[in-house]
Amino acid sequence: MTVQTSRRGFLKGIAALSGVALVVGFDAKGALAAAPVGTLDLNPFVKIDGEGIVTVVLKHFEMGQGTSTGLATLVAEELDADWATLRTEFAPADGEKYQIVGFGVQMTGGSMSIWNSYMQYRQAGAAARAMLVEAAAAQWGVEPEAVTVEKGLLKAGDKSAGFGAFVAAAAALIPPESPPLKDPAAFSLIGKPDLKRRDNTNKTDGSAVFALDVTLPGMVHAVILRPDRPGSGLVSFDASGAMGMVGFLDAKALPNKAGVAVFARSTWTAIQARNAVTAQWDTSAAEARSTDRMVEEHLALVRGEPSYQVREGGDLSATTAALSGAVQVVEAEFTFPHLAHAPMEPLNCVIEPTETGGVRFHDGCQAPGITQGAVAHVLGLTPDKVEVNTVFAGGSFGRRANPTSDYHVEAAQAFALFGGKTPIKLVWTREDDIRGGYYRPMAAHRVKIGLDGDGKVVGWDHRLAVQSIMKGTPFEAFAVKDGVDGTSAEGVSDSHYAIPALSVGLSDWTSPLKVLWWRSVGHSHTGFAMEVAMDMAAKAAGQDPVAFRLALLEGDDPDRKRLAGVLRLVAEKSGWEKPAAPGRFRGVAVHKSFNTYVAQVAEISRSESGVIKIEKMTCAVDCGVVVNPDIVKAQMEGGIGFGLGAAMRNRITFTDGAVDQWNFPDYVPLRMGDIGDIDVHILSSVEAPTGVGEPGLPPSLPAVANAIAAATGDWPTHLPWSENGLSFGA
Amino acid sequence: MAIKFVLNGQPVSVDLPGDTPLLWVLREGIGLTGTKFGCGVAACGACTIHLAGEPVRSCQTLLDDVAGQSVTTIEGVSGQAAQAVQAAWRELDVVQCGYCQSGQIMSAVGLLSTTPRPTDAEIDDKMGGNVCRCATYPRIRAAIHRAADMMEG
Repeated sequence: MTVQTSRRGFLKGIAALSGVALVVGFDAKGALAAAPVGTLDLNPFVKIDGEGIVTVVLKHFEMGQGTSTGLATLVAEELDADWATLRTEFAPADGEKYQIVGFGVQMTGGSMSIWNSYMQYRQAGAAARAMLVEAAAAQWGVEPEAVTVEKGLLKAGDKSAGFGAFVAAAAALIPPESPPLKDPAAFSLIGKPDLKRRDNTNKTDGSAVFALDVTLPGMVHAVILRPDRPGSGLVSFDASGAMGMVGFLDAKALPNKAGVAVFARSTWTAIQARNAVTAQWDTSAAEARSTDRMVEEHLALVRGEPSYQVREGGDLSATTAALSGAVQVVEAEFTFPHLAHAPMEPLNCVIEPTETGGVRFHDGCQAPGITQGAVAHVLGLTPDKVEVNTVFAGGSFGRRANPTSDYHVEAAQAFALFGGKTPIKLVWTREDDIRGGYYRPMAAHRVKIGLDGDGKVVGWDHRLAVQSIMKGTPFEAFAVKDGVDGTSAEGVSDSHYAIPALSVGLSDWTSPLKVLWWRSVGHSHTGFAMEVAMDMAAKAAGQDPVAFRLALLEGDDPDRKRLAGVLRLVAEKSGWEKPAAPGRFRGVAVHKSFNTYVAQVAEISRSESGVIKIEKMTCAVDCGVVVNPDIVKAQMEGGIGFGLGAAMRNRITFTDGAVDQWNFPDYVPLRMGDIGDIDVHILSSVEAPTGVGEPGLPPSLPAVANAIAAATGDWPTHLPWSENGLSFGA
Repeated sequence: MAIKFVLNGQPVSVDLPGDTPLLWVLREGIGLTGTKFGCGVAACGACTIHLAGEPVRSCQTLLDDVAGQSVTTIEGVSGQAAQAVQAAWRELDVVQCGYCQSGQIMSAVGLLSTTPRPTDAEIDDKMGGNVCRCATYPRIRAAIHRAADMMEG
């Protein structure tokens, strides 16, 4: 396909199509504003054209998490729009207007899309509705209260007309400051279980456009030759082997010496040409350690004095005193490997010059607010000259949001190297993806839990070591306080269990390796250590794992009540009270992350030869008001599968600093048959909505580990399990 | 010399080296981008197409291999099994990011064309080469069973 790239042509297209449009959004002060198209400096969230077609402008991108459906639902609900004819489009890069509410950056992440948009998009829809009603009432000579709206149709008495009839008049009105929002009891779309995803047709007929599908006239394809040891600098290269290849165009060193950009007429030729290029690297600044040593260093850190105390009110000396008076002490160590994100669509983007001397990206762009600044810096532009045409992203799991906007910067460097006039498509192959860094950091935890004679917890000494994700990035200013990266210990440092004498010690492991948030960030390891340790304590206390946890979640604290709520629900739905079927073993876990509460029960089987099968996962989630129940379920299913696939088999390892894995054959993803049914139950709630993209993951690993312990007597505390004595079968 | 084959029912002639993977012929030579690049080593199934009606990985199928044969991609797949699979995928909202789903659908259509009522074990076997990083597997399994129901109609 070819993308229409002329902005002028786009605007003309709108005008020719409809002649007039109502746009509703928020002005620079955050107040509701409305205007005929293009006449006011506001950020449109809703556009309605002269034909009455409603377009919802999506400030968040779509990586599969369902946000395009979610944001459309919020607008359509309050506007009473016709769901069948409603359209969506991705917002342009404009960090002032399309930032995350209260966060200040235009991006998608942290499971924030729905909760930060919930009031904003509803208000935009409600304002548009109020203005259309006012315009219709004036024209029909009736009171606004007499006008009803249903599925894009305004009615009063015997009069009725579509939205299009009133957009011109409505655009001249001043939008209401605070338009009335519906009572949740009146919702017809929000919370509707059978509302279909808006992207389920074009993603099943091949027509959905991802960045890798974008083709521009004259476009040149580029791949980058990278070092085996991340962080090495290019000394020299020899491209003579590629000379003479039909379609090979050029090879040039990236200005930061991070690699060699290889240019060709097609992606396939670029890959072939790269194979023929050789390079020498300066490895002096690269990581040189091997994985075994990295693990030992992490364990040494958690066995020693922590650098930081990260539990508010935590006091290691008080914990130590409590443990010395305990009747028994449960001890455990946990290790977690480096992990790649490996989204199905390998990283890629297209960059082209604009008519105004800037550049335009075509990308499944997760963080336009970061990309604009990072690319502007590289190309000597102002950020507003960096435009972004956002298209569907083939997964991310954190990888496409990068504090350095790494692949956009590479594309900008390649674009400049090739002369700055030619559209360039930069593609990462799967090998680049697996070997190219930005991993979930390795981590280790060490836990000591003291129990009294009644099996009650009297003290909990939790120490962890992990490389900081945030330090050294533009996010350091808000994410690192007093030297502590809040994402390193989240999920332990803020545990809501009523644990007396809990102290949480953190030590940073440091390395030139680049690490990055990976679906659920710190919770991807803290949820595991916390909930497996809790199970060990329950066993030592001789108590049922659910009852043991519930005893630590008593009282009126809202977090404890909601954690207990999902725990009770999952116990009920999984039949926890009844013994497991013969040959089946169950484990439970509960964890709060991103303000969402999730409990899970895993049921496994184990063959005579010890092969484990994850038969069923039962999941209970409390994410406040539910906008799209089926998408909440899908995100729980996806978080569980993503987490368990990694826990079973995945690790990135290093030999003398060089990555050992290369592609899916040795970084084996979860496959059909690896896990059985996933049964998700949503707790009914009137609390504000919270995120669901990540919270399904953290409890899935400990629930399965605890089920394995029920079968074997041993908790598999070192990940991945298949590299630590366990085997899994379909 | 141009290589001729039938693509989605239409004769085509492609003037590219015969050792070019069909994946790249389709995507960048012909402009049919519904077939996806995921790994390049036949380990993910995102590039699955039908060659003479059978699901194959187009990243490991060379242009030479398809000379004179019939190739079907997601853009051209049709028939009772294809209609049922696409309808079931939409009914159950299988997709998330959607990037792997062309390949999933081509494999599922291939499975149902030969095995109209597959067991879970047959689904695991025939769909095991198609990776979905969003982990939509439980819905894929349910959608294949649903499509089988639709085909019996």
